[in-house]
Amino acid sequence: MKFDDEPLVPGENLPFRAGHDSPGRLERVLRAGAFVVTAEVAPPDSADPEEVYTRAALFDGYVDAINATDGSGANCHMSSVGMCSLLTRRGYAMVMQVSARDRNRIAIQGDVLGASAMGVSNILCLTGDSVGVGDHPEAKPVFDLDCISMLDMVRGMRDKEQFLSGRKLTSAPRVFLGAAANPFGPPLDYRPLRLAKKVAAGAQFVQTQYCFDIEIFRNYMSVVRDMGIHEQVFVLAGVGPLASAKSAEWIRSNVPGVHIPEHIIHRLAGADKQKDEGVNICVEMIQQIGEIEGVHGVHIMAFKQEHRVAEIVTRSGVLAGRELWHPGIGRDVDPAIH
Amino acid sequence: MYRMRRWSVRNARWLKSLYHGIEKTLTLCHPLFKRIGYRRLDKTFLVVEKLTKGVLIDSQSCGQCIVGFTGLSCPMNCPKTMRNGPCGGVRADGKCEVIPEMDCVWVMAWEGNQQTEEKEYPIQFVQPALDNQLIGTSAWLREVRIRKAVDHEI
Repeated sequence: MKFDDEPLVPGENLPFRAGHDSPGRLERVLRAGAFVVTAEVAPPDSADPEEVYTRAALFDGYVDAINATDGSGANCHMSSVGMCSLLTRRGYAMVMQVSARDRNRIAIQGDVLGASAMGVSNILCLTGDSVGVGDHPEAKPVFDLDCISMLDMVRGMRDKEQFLSGRKLTSAPRVFLGAAANPFGPPLDYRPLRLAKKVAAGAQFVQTQYCFDIEIFRNYMSVVRDMGIHEQVFVLAGVGPLASAKSAEWIRSNVPGVHIPEHIIHRLAGADKQKDEGVNICVEMIQQIGEIEGVHGVHIMAFKQEHRVAEIVTRSGVLAGRELWHPGIGRDVDPAIH
Repeated sequence: MYRMRRWSVRNARWLKSLYHGIEKTLTLCHPLFKRIGYRRLDKTFLVVEKLTKGVLIDSQSCGQCIVGFTGLSCPMNCPKTMRNGPCGGVRADGKCEVIPEMDCVWVMAWEGNQQTEEKEYPIQFVQPALDNQLIGTSAWLREVRIRKAVDHEI
């Protein structure tokens, strides 16, 4: 989606609008009422910026914003602040994930200021997986904050223009605040209240855990609507293609918080081309999610299948003819020169 | 200890009344505490808390007790020391992501909260980040000082 006040230099944000908290594209598009698509870029195990650009370019024209994960699954990769710094230079709307697992309040507040200075307009606050599930289980888990106290802290930096200590900032980070939500984890009846609490702590958008069980998600959204929370927060439902029945089984038993119902695994196991069936399931899931009232978009986590995101978005039809911004759209400037 | 913790959550309603009763009584003792000196009393109270809360709810003595909000489930037993609710990693059977043989402390907190008679669930209160300087000090004495707003006198 292109706005009439697009900046001429790709690395710059949009001009501020009254009633908005950030100059970013994600908040603009959400507040404009579009059904938003975001996706997760795979962080490289490398110091080469070209790898980041190549991975992000896979989504050009198909997503409104890109999430940079922060050591997801407690595995070591390029930092989210580093990836965001590179990609915001090219004009991408970045969602910087910040996990409480690896950094304390001093480090996180510093990163928020640094990222904001680099043009990051969206911060997603997470508690983070435990170090035990990752590739460095011997590491010291930090957890100085949890996602809610982190949300509250970053909101304070933005709105009260001060650090958690009360010390004043000379310029506040203008960021749109996000959180994760898992409607599929116990206690199920508490999950809508958990969302309400995140909103109370400052969350303006949430991206959910993988949705494979549409019934649980429908029930969750129905309670969310009854509580009126869908009018206070933008909900982006998490989706993604499963590679095979075997990998679905593996995810189910090894990735914390992912719920995959039996019938999905059966369907994959019975398919000739399991990878394609995984994409079919994902497309259908997006279409069903799109019909649920109070859902404002989808967040695609296509782990190791990032090249199929374009196909998934196209086939699901959720863009409804909307042309999405990407570097170089509508102009002949080579984004690489910036 | 773990079995005791479970028992306490199941009996959260009356234990919480008892807890509030203790707090009120202690608040009445403020003039006495002030005369003796709060700092001098801290170690004694910490021992008493370890013997009571430690046994009943597996308290980890963080010095800023919030079990009144968590259905008497001590959040410091969460391996991620989450003080604002369950993470997304809770297992399908309600067990902890990190310690599979332990019930998630927040699944227990929700159980305890459902017994509450208050209109708003106390679990919904947004808790600030932990003050690491208070770990290993008496939470009860701190509560009294907050109630009497005499923090500056300690």
